[in-house]
Amino acid sequence: MKVLDEGIGKLIQPVDLDGFRKSNQSKTKQLVDKRMSEAEAVERFIHDGDYVGTELYGTVRCPMSLVNEIVRQGVKDLRMVGQGVTELDLLLAAKLVKAVDITYVGLEVYGVSSALRREVESGRVETCVEWSNGALVSRFKAAAMGVPFVPIRSMLGTDTFKYSAAKTVECPFTGDPICLIPALILDVGLIHVHRADMYGNAQIDGISGFSAEMARASKRLIISAEEIIPNEEIRKNPAKTVIPYYLVDAVVEAPFGSHPGEMCYVYERDEPQIKEWVEASKTEDGAKEYLDKYIYRTKDHQEYLEMIGVDRLEQLQTMVPGRS
Amino acid sequence: MAENGYNPTELLICTASRQVPDNTTAFIGTGIPMVAASLAQKMHAPNLVAFFEFGGVGAILDDLPIAVGERRSFHRAVAATGLADMVETAQRGFIEYGFLGGAQIDPYGNLNSTVIGDHDHPKVRLPGSGGGNDVGSHCWRTIAIMPHDQRRFVAKVDFITTPGYLSGPGAREAAGLPVDTGPYRVVTTLAVLGYHPDSKRMMLLATQPGVTIDDVIENTGFELLMADEIEEYPPPTDEELRILREDVDKDKLYI
Repeated sequence: MKVLDEGIGKLIQPVDLDGFRKSNQSKTKQLVDKRMSEAEAVERFIHDGDYVGTELYGTVRCPMSLVNEIVRQGVKDLRMVGQGVTELDLLLAAKLVKAVDITYVGLEVYGVSSALRREVESGRVETCVEWSNGALVSRFKAAAMGVPFVPIRSMLGTDTFKYSAAKTVECPFTGDPICLIPALILDVGLIHVHRADMYGNAQIDGISGFSAEMARASKRLIISAEEIIPNEEIRKNPAKTVIPYYLVDAVVEAPFGSHPGEMCYVYERDEPQIKEWVEASKTEDGAKEYLDKYIYRTKDHQEYLEMIGVDRLEQLQTMVPGRS
Repeated sequence: MAENGYNPTELLICTASRQVPDNTTAFIGTGIPMVAASLAQKMHAPNLVAFFEFGGVGAILDDLPIAVGERRSFHRAVAATGLADMVETAQRGFIEYGFLGGAQIDPYGNLNSTVIGDHDHPKVRLPGSGGGNDVGSHCWRTIAIMPHDQRRFVAKVDFITTPGYLSGPGAREAAGLPVDTGPYRVVTTLAVLGYHPDSKRMMLLATQPGVTIDDVIENTGFELLMADEIEEYPPPTDEELRILREDVDKDKLYI
């Protein structure tokens, strides 16, 4: 295949397919109880310098209890894949991120992320490699397929391509230019779900974002779940399993695990809390105070929830249509 | 514009919503496009099929979504799938319209939402492409929604995040993008613009109510082509404003 053009962005995670296969081979296929706390899961499976991915859509179904624990433990020099709102914002504000494969890091209706601006404009985030959301999910899809790349028809002709690590080649079938997107194999993936059994079989309600692809692109996978259910419930409706147990290394029970984001059909997002972060994160000091108050000074997710308060959490549940 | 009874955001929403006909498909992003799509469903396009990036297909937009992945983006929808399916559906040619925005736009409709200044040492780091590049690559016709001033309408964008017509006629096809796709309209606080069919350069089609052609020229940082006849775009109707204020965005999230 003739290479027509190459992005100048770094491939910040090597495409090591045989290493990935070996890693997958070494994972237990036994049904074993993988339940543990956030603290144990982060300590055992996330290390300084790891390449970490989070799955979410905006503030929805965001693995916040796990992210808060990464901040608490100060796991640093992380390389991250960024389709993110609050979770990447917290990690950036805590200065734990060194390089980002970025698609979108912003605050949606609240605009540009102050934490991202500070970290990138100061050069503390050393590397930003650009991708589109379609390219991102294609990177996971390639890894999930166990192949080095997949072809897509976006990115072409743009600076998004130029600052990516993609390549444009002459398609051997059509002769037209086509963009090849390299597989992204995560050291660690973090996914929050509606429910899982103790082995890691996981279910999601509503849209599923890029959970199926990312789960299959992760060497180590930590699942947090609103609820732990018996394996028998999984077996009653196996079509509902988005993530089968053998992909999973840790299962963390995390009610309100997406707070201050939402979990569809379970609780709504905590708008005042999100606004508090948006305001606090505008300055470095403000961000630090927020992290101190809500993360560094709380021992775990339970204490964090106690600080938010039962009344407020119940209110977020009753805001869900049909639950009031 | 306040004396006419509507604000610039309401004007953008009403104008954008009129660009999509009934019985078609549109890729809907966060912000004004959601409001415009909901207004369109309640006005002239009840069968507008909204595709939301993270998997919502064909939602009935009774309640206004505030983000592309939240429950309202698949409220009473026909399907709840995922990101890959949405982008691939556009890549297969199923999605007619796509809405876009950005910090900068150039005469060929190329959009920047990545950086102001140099990429590796940016003056301002913006959020990045998100789904923008995919929408701009795959949808048949894209509609950009922008406030209109010289900072945003520039001769050359600092960074092409999302492809418009790139460097001009034939450039999209030469780059490998799907044929017959590209920018269709730019809806702004001052005007409705399109693109010249041959040169693919931005062209003034209509001015917003009370705005002169000179106002548009003064606020555009490059030379605009002029349509043979430049109309005054009809202002938001009482009915549009009533539905927008009392129903679509009754909590005043956007307007």
